[in-house]
Amino acid sequence: MNSRIFPLLGFALLVVLLVVGLKIADRKTNLPSPLIDKPVPVFDLPVLASPGQTMSTESLLGKFYLVNFWGSWCVTCRAEHPVVTQLAGLNAVYIVGMNFRDESEDAIAWLGRWGDPYDVSLIDYDGRVSIDFGVYAAPETFLVDPSGTIVFKHLGQLTWDIVETEILPRLANTELGS
Amino acid sequence: MTVELGQISLLAALLTALVLGLVPMIGTYTGNRRFIAVSTTAALIQCLLVMISFGILTSAFIVQDFSVEYVARNSNSLLPMHYRFSAVWSAHEGSLLLWELILAVWIAAVALFSKRLPEIFRARVLAVLGWVSVGFLLFIILTSNPFGRLIPSAVEGLDLNPLLQDFGLIIHPPLLYMGYVGFSVAFAFAVAALLGGEVSRDWVRWSRPWTLVAWAFLTIGIALGSWWAYYELGWGGYWFWDPVENASFMPWLVGTALIHSQAVTEKRGAFGNWTLLLALSAFSLSLLGTFLVRSGVLTSVHAFASDPTRGVFILAYLALVVGGSLTLYAIRAPKMIQGGGFAGMSRETFLLVNNLVFTVMAAMVLTGTLYPLLIDALGAGKISVGPPYFGLLFTWLLVPMVIALPIGINSRWQQDSGSRLFGMVRWPLLASLAIGTVVWIMQPSIGFVSAAGITGGAWVILGSLFYVGQFQLKKKSFRIPGSILAMTLAHVGLGVFLIGLSMVSTLSTEKHLRMEAGDKYQMAGYTFEFLGTKIVQGPNYTANEGEFVITKGDQEVTRLYPQKREYAQRGNIMTEAAIDPGLTRDLYVSLGEPLDQSGRAWAVRVYHKPFIRWIWLGSIFMLAGGMLAAANKRYRRKMPATEPVTTKAKEVAA
Amino acid sequence: MTPTRKRRLIGILIIIIGVGISAVVAMQALNENMLFFVSPTDVEEQSLPVGKRFRLGGLVAVESVSRAEDSLAVAFVVTDGAHSVDVRFDGILPDLFREGQGIIALGELKPDGHFEADEVLAKHDENYMPPEVADALEKAGHVESEQ
Repeated sequence: MNSRIFPLLGFALLVVLLVVGLKIADRKTNLPSPLIDKPVPVFDLPVLASPGQTMSTESLLGKFYLVNFWGSWCVTCRAEHPVVTQLAGLNAVYIVGMNFRDESEDAIAWLGRWGDPYDVSLIDYDGRVSIDFGVYAAPETFLVDPSGTIVFKHLGQLTWDIVETEILPRLANTELGS
Repeated sequence: MTVELGQISLLAALLTALVLGLVPMIGTYTGNRRFIAVSTTAALIQCLLVMISFGILTSAFIVQDFSVEYVARNSNSLLPMHYRFSAVWSAHEGSLLLWELILAVWIAAVALFSKRLPEIFRARVLAVLGWVSVGFLLFIILTSNPFGRLIPSAVEGLDLNPLLQDFGLIIHPPLLYMGYVGFSVAFAFAVAALLGGEVSRDWVRWSRPWTLVAWAFLTIGIALGSWWAYYELGWGGYWFWDPVENASFMPWLVGTALIHSQAVTEKRGAFGNWTLLLALSAFSLSLLGTFLVRSGVLTSVHAFASDPTRGVFILAYLALVVGGSLTLYAIRAPKMIQGGGFAGMSRETFLLVNNLVFTVMAAMVLTGTLYPLLIDALGAGKISVGPPYFGLLFTWLLVPMVIALPIGINSRWQQDSGSRLFGMVRWPLLASLAIGTVVWIMQPSIGFVSAAGITGGAWVILGSLFYVGQFQLKKKSFRIPGSILAMTLAHVGLGVFLIGLSMVSTLSTEKHLRMEAGDKYQMAGYTFEFLGTKIVQGPNYTANEGEFVITKGDQEVTRLYPQKREYAQRGNIMTEAAIDPGLTRDLYVSLGEPLDQSGRAWAVRVYHKPFIRWIWLGSIFMLAGGMLAAANKRYRRKMPATEPVTTKAKEVAA
Repeated sequence: MTPTRKRRLIGILIIIIGVGISAVVAMQALNENMLFFVSPTDVEEQSLPVGKRFRLGGLVAVESVSRAEDSLAVAFVVTDGAHSVDVRFDGILPDLFREGQGIIALGELKPDGHFEADEVLAKHDENYMPPEVADALEKAGHVESEQ
């Protein structure tokens, strides 16, 4: 009886290791951003399809806004698009579309085909701003409060669950000791 | 066409699987023969339902129904028809449905072709398989449903990843899964044997053909994956010890030990516990592999998109199935080794060495694959294990196995003598040493290890063929029994594989170059001349196609046309290598990138790979050997009518 | 002790020794082939394995890629947002290599401070970055925020 229990014990140890592994993997996708509660990285970028026009972080002070990093090359962005559109329909928050590492024609075509949920679309052509934001995968979404502080970040596909539990409640918290 | 029918069909299959898992099993303990008889019907109905579901998903791809999210994500209106079929299993959800389909087919096969097994044992085998199916169906229905709708419907699909638009994707996953999933049958046989407290070793004989077929499929599935990577990835590599590859290799290693261990248990009654444990482990490793690849726990250049929530489900399933079976083993495995003992120099000993070598190899691959996870879990940093770890240990463990193989083939059961054996193998030994030495002298750059590898390969091939020759001499006939032919084929395949591996490891030449139209490069006696590139149009891509003329001396050997493709939909860039295949060498050219604005100068990869086809040729031999062994008439003999004494079934009038 | 028992014992002993040797060789090989993952910040702070091959990960800094005129030599900068490392590579870059993309380079750090890569990897999906790179970026961000 003794020796035959070894395979089971060995397997139990393996399961422990794998459970820990899963926790780590989970952590990787829900990483707390070091940018939380820090000032939003400054940017001043051209507006998509409006040559000559630019928009800066300064002009966005005083209201909540969402920065959604996306690209026409990004498959998951297409998947989260319905949620972004739904959120836009609520008119609850100003949504800035940050098109990065992309060609304007492709971006315009993408928005034309699937619909444009953004209040404004900016071009981060070479991705410098995305690097400042620490964006390492598309899509990523940041919520900035009226004082220009990042209060929430979501990595990956936006789901309505996240919108309801993380974004909408924060919009209700205005002037909380900023 | 309502794809929701596909979902409904899956749900129905789940219910059927539950019935299959519960009812016959209960029947075997209460002696209710009607319950037991449910097993066949349930197995066949389940198979039909899963086929319907799979068929519906496939048709959604064929008609390009972009209202189905899975289709929209993995297909495109420009996608050629043959890839619409393979796109079904190109991503997570569809590949799981393929898994389940193949499982359902195996279960139906067992139901149809094992009528001669004792009733109770058979019912338990099918019930265990039913439980395996329940787990997968639940997983698909709850977390990985391929039938979800996209609202509003997509006008155009996102296209199949160009790397997957290839013949390899059409055949590699199905064949691989036939192997992976096929080991569930050996698993079910082992569990059923444990449940029944089988002391007889008949159960091993019954499980052999199923195990051999699964093993054969897994062999060719892995080989296809390697071949596919070779020509598709464009770097000339064929095996990277990547976690996804290791996930398929571990079941194969254990499976190889299993098919040999089964032989010993069937013929001599020894290794009973080994065989049980190996049968449980092979499928457990298949499940573990599925977990590792789909959970995000390991990084790999070609893992499926990771999802830790799915990982939790698979891990729980894994823990239940494997933990449960190992617990059963701990409690029930026979305490005594049945059958006779054996001497130091005997066939059993050689096969024991074989068991050990393959098991240690599998353990070593598992360790290397999981080590980064362990280090990360301990917070000691992020590492990856470089391929040399695997290569080194694999090579060293091969040594005792290769040495033992031809000797073992010639050995007698229970007791043999060293001198007799030496007498039997001395000619193959001398011949292979001579071959190895000659090769080393003629081509010193091959190095000692590869020369030894070639010696080993020749040793295995010659030793196997000599055995057949001796056998025929003794029996004075030209007819070779099927089982011996099968064994010889598979072992020769191993030898061929070893020779190919040795040659290509040290003798292949590779060069990365900057080339302009008109440039020439000489390598391994061939001259590669670059003639420039032109634009060509494919069904869903545009490509820069280069033209290379390859000459040997004055003779033109071939023209190669490697491409750099850009796929319209996603804008993916892909390299399509050009290969001139040959039995003794491959010539391989692929384009890197354009090095200047005009596109006249290109970065180019040029390779000469001697004997690389032998690697996959060897696996074809192994496939043939495995299939031939499974077809042995012995397995189709009528089974004993009497039940083993220890079962508790009561005969009930139907 | 009977001859059979003796033979059994020898057999078991041989097996244990064999497996033991394999285990020792395995651990040795593991240690030698462990490729540590290092970020540019780690390089800056000098906490790296010396003289050994390791993996450097980060983003390819924009406008940092330059090719030689007549060979395959290419130079670029790898950054994690906080620090950067010069990388030199002589060979063909993967199809997905581009500025702003996450990559992993395998190679060695040279005395003059640049990283000599013999392999450069990027994953076959623009949306994904190896978790190690993601981790390094997070850590780098942390360093930045403490300044």
